[in-house]
Amino acid sequence: MVNPQMVMYEEEFNQIQTVVDHLVKSANAKSVFIVDKNGQLIAASGDVDSLDTTSLASLTAGNIAATGGMAKLLKESEFATQFHEGERANVYITLVGNRVILVVIFDAKSSLGLVRLRVKKSSEELNHIFEALLRKVQDPNTDSPFAEITDADIDNLFND
Amino acid sequence: MSFINLMAREINCKIVYYGPGLCGKTTNLQYIYERTNPDAKGKMISLATETDRTLFFDFLPLALGEIRGFKTRFYLYTVPGQVFYDASRKLILKGVDGVVFVADSQIARMEANQESLENLRTNLAEQGYSLDKIPFVMQYNKRDMPDIATVEELREALNPTMVPEFEACARTGVGVFDTLKSVAKLVLTELKKGSP
Repeated sequence: MVNPQMVMYEEEFNQIQTVVDHLVKSANAKSVFIVDKNGQLIAASGDVDSLDTTSLASLTAGNIAATGGMAKLLKESEFATQFHEGERANVYITLVGNRVILVVIFDAKSSLGLVRLRVKKSSEELNHIFEALLRKVQDPNTDSPFAEITDADIDNLFND
Repeated sequence: MSFINLMAREINCKIVYYGPGLCGKTTNLQYIYERTNPDAKGKMISLATETDRTLFFDFLPLALGEIRGFKTRFYLYTVPGQVFYDASRKLILKGVDGVVFVADSQIARMEANQESLENLRTNLAEQGYSLDKIPFVMQYNKRDMPDIATVEELREALNPTMVPEFEACARTGVGVFDTLKSVAKLVLTELKKGSP
């Protein structure tokens, strides 16, 4: 297949959600996101109802891609972390296992030092989970959720 | 690369609109945005220069409905068309599931179309994709302008492999949804084919 798909299973999703929920509390953050490098939101926790998470995910991935492009021009493999400081909100972005992006949004109730420290531990946990997930997705014996969908199902989607 | 979330029962796919500068990529997305039900779309984001030329990308998330209980979400992106933004264009093609090439039908833009299509082929190849293998549709835009090439001429120059093609006028919306539906369908069909 030209374009292998990424599949998120219940088991790994719950593990990821646990790490993210824990990080919100331990880092005293407002919210935490996990974003795919292609801009798709994988998990979120904290105060996310007031945020446009889809747009944030897409822009974060664009940001990481642009920074990665800069790194390449400077003969660096990657700039793994970024920090944006605002008046009320700050954003700490880090690459996990060069595969997904961890985004922490925090305010004056936390500090960059604390966020960095907590993110380090969470990154390691997330890295293990995503490695296991990748092995599972690549396993040819795993059922694809798409196998039973028919051409007619696809056609029906586009019948006005 | 499509992303299937079994927990949320969602299928997420990325579609990129490619083409030379001022061919109407952003206009395609704007029309789709204006004509889509508010609950089926997210916010449209345009990272543009002060003169409204696309600087990095436009982004529009769309929900197209459900297939067997799976919500299908399509993320539409445009690239900046101007030649010197090539580094940005490469980034946006990462993880693409389907491509729409928006060609400018005006005779004066024929060379720009060909150059952009060649650039698309090269940039995809750098990511390990082949334009002949991924879901790909062709849109001949600006059919309402004077001094345009015929569809036969455009086809000969830009679409020798005969991928699905559509005549369009993105400003008034002619052909815009036909193009989108066609590429979305190809992406889903490809996803099904890829199942073991």
